[in-house]
Amino acid sequence: MSKKITIEPVTRVEGHGKVTIHMDDNGNIQQSRLHIVEFRGFERFVQGRPYWEAPVLVQRLCGICPVSHHLAAAKALDVIVGAGTGHGLTPTGEKMRRLMHYGQFFQSHALHFFHLSAPDFLFGIDGDPAIRNIIGIALTRPELAVQGVMMRKFGQEVIRATAGKKIHGTGAIPGGINKHLTIEERDEFLKGADPLNADKMVSWAEEALDFFKNYYLSNKDFIDNFAYFPSNHLSLVRKDGALDLYHGVLRAVDAQGNKILNDIDYQEYTDYIEEEVRSWSYMKFPYLKQYGKEKGWYRVGPLARLNTADFIPSPIAQREFEIYKALTNGKPNNHCMLMHYARLIETLHAAEMIRELLNDPDLLEGELVTKGVKQKEGVGLIEAPRGTLFHHYRINDNDQIEMANLIVSTTNNNEPMNRSVNHVAKSVMTGKEVITEGMMNAVEVAIRAYDPCLSCATHALGNMPLEITLVDKNDQIIDRRRSHEG
Amino acid sequence: MSSLIKFKIDGKECMAEAGTFIVEAARQNSIYIPTLCNMPGLKPKGSCRICTVRINGRLMTSCTTPVADGMEIESGSLDIIELRKSIVELLFVSGNHFCPACEKSGNCELQALGYLYQMMVPRYPYDFPLRAVDASSPKIIKDQNRCILCKRCIKSIKDEDGKSFFAFRSRGNHLEVVLDQELAATMTDEQAELAMQNCPVGSILVKEKGFATPIGKRKFDKQPIGSDIHV
Repeated sequence: MSKKITIEPVTRVEGHGKVTIHMDDNGNIQQSRLHIVEFRGFERFVQGRPYWEAPVLVQRLCGICPVSHHLAAAKALDVIVGAGTGHGLTPTGEKMRRLMHYGQFFQSHALHFFHLSAPDFLFGIDGDPAIRNIIGIALTRPELAVQGVMMRKFGQEVIRATAGKKIHGTGAIPGGINKHLTIEERDEFLKGADPLNADKMVSWAEEALDFFKNYYLSNKDFIDNFAYFPSNHLSLVRKDGALDLYHGVLRAVDAQGNKILNDIDYQEYTDYIEEEVRSWSYMKFPYLKQYGKEKGWYRVGPLARLNTADFIPSPIAQREFEIYKALTNGKPNNHCMLMHYARLIETLHAAEMIRELLNDPDLLEGELVTKGVKQKEGVGLIEAPRGTLFHHYRINDNDQIEMANLIVSTTNNNEPMNRSVNHVAKSVMTGKEVITEGMMNAVEVAIRAYDPCLSCATHALGNMPLEITLVDKNDQIIDRRRSHEG
Repeated sequence: MSSLIKFKIDGKECMAEAGTFIVEAARQNSIYIPTLCNMPGLKPKGSCRICTVRINGRLMTSCTTPVADGMEIESGSLDIIELRKSIVELLFVSGNHFCPACEKSGNCELQALGYLYQMMVPRYPYDFPLRAVDASSPKIIKDQNRCILCKRCIKSIKDEDGKSFFAFRSRGNHLEVVLDQELAATMTDEQAELAMQNCPVGSILVKEKGFATPIGKRKFDKQPIGSDIHV
C-alpha cells in the first residue's frame, strides 16, 4: 500500500522543518521533500530604516551565527559608505572583523559537531534516541561534552571581545569597527588558564578532527555511500585560491573540479545567480543562471569550500587538507557525510587563525573606520559557517534602506538537502513496510550534515523540530512520526 | 543671600535653597528621583509624571514643585515605584520601542528606567502604532516610532535667533514632534549632536554615526541610571 511519511520536527538542527516522503504501492519512493514551513520578513521590515542599522538589525535573524549576518551586512555597507570591498578597510578594521568571524566559526562548528552531530557518531544512527543527544554524551563521554562546551565558550568570548556581546553585538559598523582589542583581552586569549587559551583550542580542534577520522576509518563503507551524489560547489576564495572565510572572489566548480564560475567580483552576483520559488517551501532555490535550474544548483558550506579552495593558509589545517584531498585524488569531494570532516578542518583553521591574529599589533591600535565616496548600493558576501551568505542593500537619497536581498547559506543548500533526503529515503526505506525511528534519523542525519539553519534561511522564528509523514498515492496519510516520539 | 530650608525625603533629613524644585533638591542631597521630560537648564512642565512623589498624601510632580520648609516627601515607597514602573511600561507599549536594533540602546533613559524598575514582562497590550521615519533632513533622522513627546528637543535645540528646530504638530493621539524643514537645512553638526544627546530615547539620530560607541562604554552599561546621584 502506498504511504506518505512525515518527519516533523527535524531535530538537532537550527530552526523548524519537516520531511515528507511519498511511497507507491510497491514501497518505492516517489518523491521526498524537505519543507521549510515558517516565514520571517527581514528583507521587508528593514526597508525604511537608516542603513547603518542593518548590521545590528538583520543579525537578529539568528542566534547561532549572528556574526555572519552582522559582518555580511557591514561589508555591504562598506561599499555604500565608499570604503570599498574587503581590503578597503583600515588594518585594524579588517583584522578585528576577521577575529570576530573566526571566533564565530570556531564556536558554531564546535556546537554543530559536539552538540548536534556527535551523538550520531557515538551512539549510532539507529541508536537509542533517549541517549542519542548531548545529554547522552555528557553521561557517557563527559570529557567530550566539556570539550565541546569549552570550545564554544572560547569562540563566544572572542566574539564578546570584538563585538561587545557574545550574541548580537555591535562591533562592525559601516567602514570599519567600533573598538580595539585590549591588551588584557589579548593576553587572556593567548595565555589564559587551561583550557581557555588559543594553544589548547588548536590542540582540541586537532583532537576533534582525529575523532572523526577514526570514526571514518571504522565506518568507511557507510560514510562513502551515504547520500553520495555529484554536485556543483560554490564559495568565496581568496584571489590566490586560498580558503578565505571573510573575503574573496566567487568561485564555483562542478563535480569534476572544473571551474564553472571563475573568480568573479561578487558585486555582480545578480548576473550569475538566480533564485527559484517553489510553492511547497518558504525557502527559495538558488542556481547558477548560465546552467539553468536543473543543472545550475550547487552546494555551499565546508564541503564546497574545501572543493573550491586550492589550499588553506594555516599550516596544520593545510596538512590535514592535503590528507583530506588525497581521499578523492584532489578532485571535489561529493560525500555528504564528509562535510563533517571538512567542517572540522575548518574548525582547526579558525583556531589557528585566531592564534595568529592575536599576535597582530593592529588589533590593539590604529584607525577604526574609513569612508570614501558614498554609493547607493552595496553587496556583502561572507563565508558563514554554513556557507556563502549574500547581503545586498540599496539606499535612497535620505540614507534609508529601500531594498534588501538576503541569500542565506542554508538557502543555497536547499536543492542539495532535498536531494540528500531523497537519496537516503530511497536507500533505507524502499520496500519497507514498517518505518523505524532509525530510518527516520538516517534522513535527519543527511540534513544534519549540512548544519542547516532554517530560521535564517526562511527568516522564520523559533526552534527547530522534524516530522516524517507517510502517504499513499492519493495523499492519504498512512503514518506520521514525530522524531522525538521515538 | 542664601535661605537654606530643611525638609525630608523618605525620612532622610535634607537641606536646599528655598524655591528649589524637589527633583533638583533631592539631587543635591544625593537622592535620585527619575525624570524623562525634565532636564537641567529647562523650564519644567511635569508632563511625563515619572518624577511623581507624595507630599501630604497627594501625588505631585517633583520637577514642578518647589521644596518648602519642613516638607515631608515620599519618593521610594513601593506604590510610588510601582506607579513609575507603570508609566515606563505604558510609554513602551504606546510606541514602537525595539531596543535590540536601536542605536540609543545603552544610552537610552527610557530603556535604563525599564531596567531600573525591572520591567520583565509586558502587562499592557502593545499599541503598535503606524508611525513615520522622517529622514529628509541632511543632519538627523526623526524616528516617530520612538518619540515619547517629552518636548526636550523643542525646548533645547534652537538656532542663533532662538527659533526652535522642533515643534508639536496635531493634537491628541496624533500629536507628534516634527522637525522644521527649512530650519533643519541650517542645522549644524553640533546642534545635531546635541539634539540626539538631549533626546531621552532613540527618536533623534545623527545621520551616519550609528553604533560608534562600543558595548561596555555606553552611558548605562556600567551603572544603572541615577547611580551617579544616589549614594
